[in-house]
Formats: sequence, structure tokens, C-alpha cells
Amino acid sequence: MLRKTDPSHEPIPLTRRGMLQGSSLLIGVLSAGSALAPFVPSRTWALELSALDEGQARIVMAFIKHLYPHPSLDDAVYALVVKAVDQKAAADKATRLILLEGIGHLNAIGNGNWLGRDVALQEIDVRALEGTPFFSYLRVTSVNTLYNNPLAFKHFGYGGEAGDTGYLYTGFNDLKWLPDPPPSASGPIPKDD
Amino acid sequence: MDQENTNKIQFEKNDDSVVVIIGSGAGGGTLANELAQQGIKVVLLEAGDWHTQTDFIADEWPSFTQLAWLDPRTTSGTWRVAKDFPTLPAWICKTVGGTTVHWAGASLRIQPHELQTRTVYGDIPGANLLDWPITRADLDPFYDLAEKKMGVTRTNGIPGLPGNNNFKVLYNGATKLGYKEVSTGRMAINSEPRDGRTHCYQRGFCFQGCRTGAKWSTLYTEIPKALATGKCEVRAKAQVVRIEHDAQGKAAAVLYFDGEGNLQRQRARVVALAANSIESPRLLLLSASAMFPDGLANGSGQVGQNYMRHLTASVYATFPNRVDMFKGTTMAGIVGDEARLDPKRGFVGGYHMETISLGLPFYAAFLNPGAWGRAFTNALDQYANTAGMWIVGEDMPRETNRVTLNDTTKDQFGLAVPNVHYDDHPNDVAMRDHAFAQGAAVYQAAGAKDVYLVPPYPSTHNLGTCRMSDKPRDGVCNKFGQTHDVKNLFISDGSQFTTGAAENPTLTIVTLAIRQSRFIAEQMKQGTI
Ligand SMILES: Cc1cc2nc3c(=O)[nH]c(=O)nc-3n(C[C@H](O)[C@H](O)[C@H](O)COP(=O)(O)OP(=O)(O)OC[C@H]3O[C@@H](n4cnc5c(N)ncnc54)[C@H](O)[C@@H]3O)c2cc1C
Ligand code: SF4
Repeated sequence: MLRKTDPSHEPIPLTRRGMLQGSSLLIGVLSAGSALAPFVPSRTWALELSALDEGQARIVMAFIKHLYPHPSLDDAVYALVVKAVDQKAAADKATRLILLEGIGHLNAIGNGNWLGRDVALQEIDVRALEGTPFFSYLRVTSVNTLYNNPLAFKHFGYGGEAGDTGYLYTGFNDLKWLPDPPPSASGPIPKDD
Repeated sequence: MDQENTNKIQFEKNDDSVVVIIGSGAGGGTLANELAQQGIKVVLLEAGDWHTQTDFIADEWPSFTQLAWLDPRTTSGTWRVAKDFPTLPAWICKTVGGTTVHWAGASLRIQPHELQTRTVYGDIPGANLLDWPITRADLDPFYDLAEKKMGVTRTNGIPGLPGNNNFKVLYNGATKLGYKEVSTGRMAINSEPRDGRTHCYQRGFCFQGCRTGAKWSTLYTEIPKALATGKCEVRAKAQVVRIEHDAQGKAAAVLYFDGEGNLQRQRARVVALAANSIESPRLLLLSASAMFPDGLANGSGQVGQNYMRHLTASVYATFPNRVDMFKGTTMAGIVGDEARLDPKRGFVGGYHMETISLGLPFYAAFLNPGAWGRAFTNALDQYANTAGMWIVGEDMPRETNRVTLNDTTKDQFGLAVPNVHYDDHPNDVAMRDHAFAQGAAVYQAAGAKDVYLVPPYPSTHNLGTCRMSDKPRDGVCNKFGQTHDVKNLFISDGSQFTTGAAENPTLTIVTLAIRQSRFIAEQMKQGTI
């Protein structure tokens, strides 16, 4: 669980490559002008994989982007879902089998290269799997991970932990495109003693 | 633990002069303080941990894991919660302070006619309506005390809270639609410093525990006050599993597992059950004995029946501009116009519209459980421009909507878990449809782009499973919450509600607890219990 938005913490699982010889990596670069750029220490991100290999991780990534398509959401956020999926697969054999079966099925459809398939066809493949354990597992993990991290909070405009100290002096009532309610409906702003 | 939040007294387990209260939430926490203030010895047993305001987490899921009741439960029935959240029928807390740690603070009095539904609504097929054995005149003096205790805004000269952005949207839409009763409502949240607690800082984490203490919760109001009397001992991580009775059929002791997993027996002069409307009937059913084969205090067979959860539904809408609904109080405004009785709308009872906001993680989880694809992601893409309201309306009590023991699923102590069965009554469906249409109209009047009609969350208002009745055959307890069958056993939480009314229940739970405390004290003095 990543909770801190403080840029001095590493908000995405960015790891220096040199330290990771021998393990599989999923690597990406934040898109140019990504809104997340100010919040991460480097534009390159890398996810160290434990159970999946890189090709499998890329299929999972593509699949969840079909499930929850946000054209402007950076891959770095989707990679957090891949990370959760990979970690569960490493810890739990049943999950690993569900994933391998699903990925194998997709690759079989795509003659060994599902990622090479036309995107519109991929989408049909995804829909056809609804109700399978593979689909359900990825859907649930996505919905619980994709929107539950500080990078997503930035992207979608949720304040997250920043609200802990309160918005009383930082815009709780700053909406200007509608008239303010009268004092009879809305009470006074408290004065600090 | 705060300095003030420590026990000043410890009672012996075989001390049979104490009142044992099970559960430290709205009902139990209040009752403990009210009894202790009258000099009565109280042992307050709470299954959850004892947290402080500094422990609270401004992050929805970790906070939920910290504070919510997550012991296994099962569901059945046609309500959508059984499909979306089959093992989580209710969103309630397991912590000292109970669900008043998570609650939003809306504090409304039940309307007079809502205490007489059988008389006023008539015989509604498929509903087990009953008049409360009390009227508003009986309750009003205690409502006064409760509002004062909780510091409810717009009562006792306390100003209303300032409205946030989410309220501005609601206000503009609702008044354009012609609604008249639209304001930041009556809230048990300090709009100015009061009772040793500061004012609200508009954090927006009311559902995660109020770090500033502006919001009333028994955790940092009633309970420390009770402790300060030296008459009350709180035992956290004490999960009661059985209420025992003596040969005369009077409650004599409770059995509980302590934090180390050891079974303990606390003897009692009086037992008050305030474990919320799922655990309270479950405990009575688990306490069946040769003398009470159907469960304790269940001569009527009504224990666990008439489970109510309020209508509930939400309407979210997106706008061309930012709303940032998450900034500020979660329940920031209330529309009261639809709470009236007007069967011309096609249903009896009424409902309130109340702003609600969810953080991004909960919004994604609750918007349309199970959904995926573009329609869903479109809604999420507009999160910052979204406003939200929650519908709280009266649902019909039904004997078949009930909490029972599920013998095939066991909890961590090897005991049957509660199963919560619920089917929407046609009146509930008609009311929800009406509320969806009106809620959508409110937001459209404010300029909405898209409107989302959102199904119920796990139940936050759990009511009615040990209801009050005039006649013993119709319910579990009398107008003071005293069970009809066991004189020194009381129901002290929302389970007492005879019907649900259109108002958020906590103010009434607190009101009933204050009233009950006077009755218990008097009966103890007279020696009848
Ligand atoms: C998110 C949210 C928002 C809400 N907002 C509002 C609102 O704005 N207005 C309103 O009126 N209401 C609101 N409510 C509802 C309100 O919180 C409850 O109605 C109220 O707290 C119920 O009081 P209670 O005494 O019945 O139970 P609770 O407050 O739930 O207390 C029951 C306690 O009993 C303990 N317990 C259970 N079983 C055992 C056992 N076997 N042994 C020992 N202890 C046990 C539990 O751990 C718990 O602490 C909200 C609820 C939620 C979840
Ligand atoms: S918004 Fe106000 S009441 Fe709610 S948690 Fe924050 S300070 Fe407490």
C-alpha cells in the first residue's frame, strides 16, 4: 500500500536496474507532459516481477486497460495493478494457475502473440471472458488498486491524505460557478481563537 | 490511550451489583455515561479495540480495515447488497465508540406520525407495521437533552455548519426545483468550539473517524465522561458470546472472550444489549437455553425479525466544472421536503436527500459494483466534477426480513454467524424510484451532464430486530427497552426501533438511551430489578 504523496518517498515501485539482475522487469516511461511527472523522482519506472515474466505482465497490463480504459491515465498507474497481481501470483498458487491459464488462452487466440492482435479484436476477447475466474480476479484487483493510490488521486483530482488537516482554509467552499446559498441555509465560517 | 480515557476503577468479575452494557456505540456508550452520572456501577464491554483520534487513518480502505466490523456474516434475499457484498451486509464499526466513529452526524427527530405508522399508514400488505408504544411528547424532553449533549447544529442556538461545494450544488438544484427545506441541516458536528471539542475543519474524512473531535462520538464524549465518574469500567476487546440467566429466568452474567482469547464470565445485576441490530438479536439467539429454547427474550418469536436498513440509494451527477465533493463534511446538506407523508406519490413514508461524498477508492468500489468498461471509466474520469447525495427513506418492517443464525458458517469462536435476509417491499421500490427521479431532477436543475443512480451500500442504519411493542406478543421490549420476558435485560440500541422513520437514527438511539437510563436507575432504586 502506498500512502504517502510526499515526492521524497518513491511513489511508484521505481527500482534501479543494476540491483535487479536476474529478475524480470516491466519498464515504462511516463508520457511526455504527464501530470504525474512532478510527483515521481524519475520519468522512468520499473516494476520487478516475481511470478510473471515480462511478456505475461504486458498481457495483464493490456487486459486491465481494456477493463478500465482511461486514455490519459499513465501506464505507471496501471503498473500498480500488475504489481498487485504479480505479488498475489507469487504468494498464491491458485491465483498463479488462474493467471497462467487465462494468459495462455489469450495467446492461443492470438497465435502465440495476443498483444499483436488488433485492439478491437482484443476488446472482444476480453468481453468473451467475462464470468471466468481470470476475468473476475483481474477486474476486482483492478478496481481495488487502480483508484486506490496517490498517483491515481492526482490524476483523477482527489485530495486523499492532503485533506487530513482540513479544507476549511483551503477551498472547501471555493466553487464559483453557482451562487452562494444564503446565510439562512449555510452557517458562518468559524473564527479561530 | 489518552490520559482521560483510562479506567479509574476495575470491578470484580463476580461483582453482581454492576450493570453490564454490551457495545459502546451510540446506545451503549451513552447509556454507560448516563448511568455512571447517576452513580450506578457500569462495566462496558466492547468487542473492538480502543483507538484514539490520533490513530485514525485518512485513507478509506486502511481506515475501514482498522475500524469496521469484519467478522464473517452471510446474506440472502433479493436485495442487491446480497449480490454485491454477500459477506458484508452492514457497514458498522467494531471499536470503542462503535459506529459513532464512522457516522456522519446527521441528527433529525423522528416525525410524530412516524411513531404511529400502523394507525396512520394503515394495513400495508406484506409489512409488519406497528405503532411505537411512545409518542413524540414522550420523547421530546429527551430529544432536548440529546441535542444539547451532542451539540446538534440549528438547535440550542448553535449555528449551522458552513456549506461546502457539494452543498452548493445540492442547494442550487433543490431550490430551483422548488424545495424549501434545504440547509446544512442539523448535525452533531461542532460549528463552533463546544464541550471541550474544537470546530469542524472540513476534512471530509467523517466516515474515517474525526481527527479533530468536532463530530460527536461516544469515543471522546460519553465514554471519557463516564470514566471520569469513577463508576464505569470499559473493557475493550471483550466480545460477548452469551448472556446467562439464573433459575428464576433473570439475566445473571455474560460470557465474553477477552483480548487473549480467554473466556471470562462477568456477573451482573442488569444487562443492557447495545451491539447494533445484527449482533444484538444474534446474541439473544445464541443465548438459548432449556428455559428459553428459542433464544433469550424471544417469547414473541420477533427476535431478529423486522430488520430494517432504511431505503438508501445514492445519486451522483457530473458537471462541466469542478465540485471537489470530497472537501469538507461528508453530509453537508439536507433536503427535507420529501420526508412528509403524502401517499399520492405512490408510497407511504418519506425520505431525505443528504449530500454524500466518497473518496476515489470508495467511489470506484460503490458506484456500480461489478461494472467495468467505458461507461464506468467515463464516470470516474469526471470524479473531480461530481456531486453526490444519499437517499435515506423509511423502509417497511417485514417479519421475513430478519437476522437468523447460520449454522453452516462459524465465526472465530466457532459460533454460528448471523445471516441477514432482506427483500425490498414494493413500497420501498416505489419510494426508491421516486427518490431517484427527484434526485436526478435536483442535479439536472443545477446543470448536470450525466446522472448516476447508485444502488445501496452495505447497511449503515441497522434497525428493528428487537422492536419495542406495547403488547409482549408483538415485539421484544417495552417502551423503555426492557425486554418483555426478562425484566433485568434491556435493549439499548437501534434494534429497539418499532419502525424506521425517514430520519437518520442516531439522535433517537441516544434519546432512548437517556430515557432508559432514568428508568433503569428508578427500577434499581425500587428494587424491581
Ligand atoms: C458511514 C456511516 C455514516 C453514518 N451516518 C449517520 C448519520 O449521519 N446520522 C445517523 O443518525 N446515523 C448515521 N450512521 C448510523 C449510526 O452510526 C448508527 O445508527 C449508530 O451508531 C448505531 O448505534 P448502536 O448503538 O445501535 O450501534 P453501534 O454504534 O454500531 O455500536 C455497537 C457496538 O457494539 C459492539 N459489539 C457488537 N457485538 C458485540 C459483542 N458481541 N460483544 C461486545 N461488543 C459488541 C460493536 O463493536 C460496536 O462498537 C452512520 C453509519 C455509518 C457506518
Ligand atoms: S469534516 Fe469536520 S466533522 Fe468531518 S471529520 Fe472533518 S473535522 Fe471532523
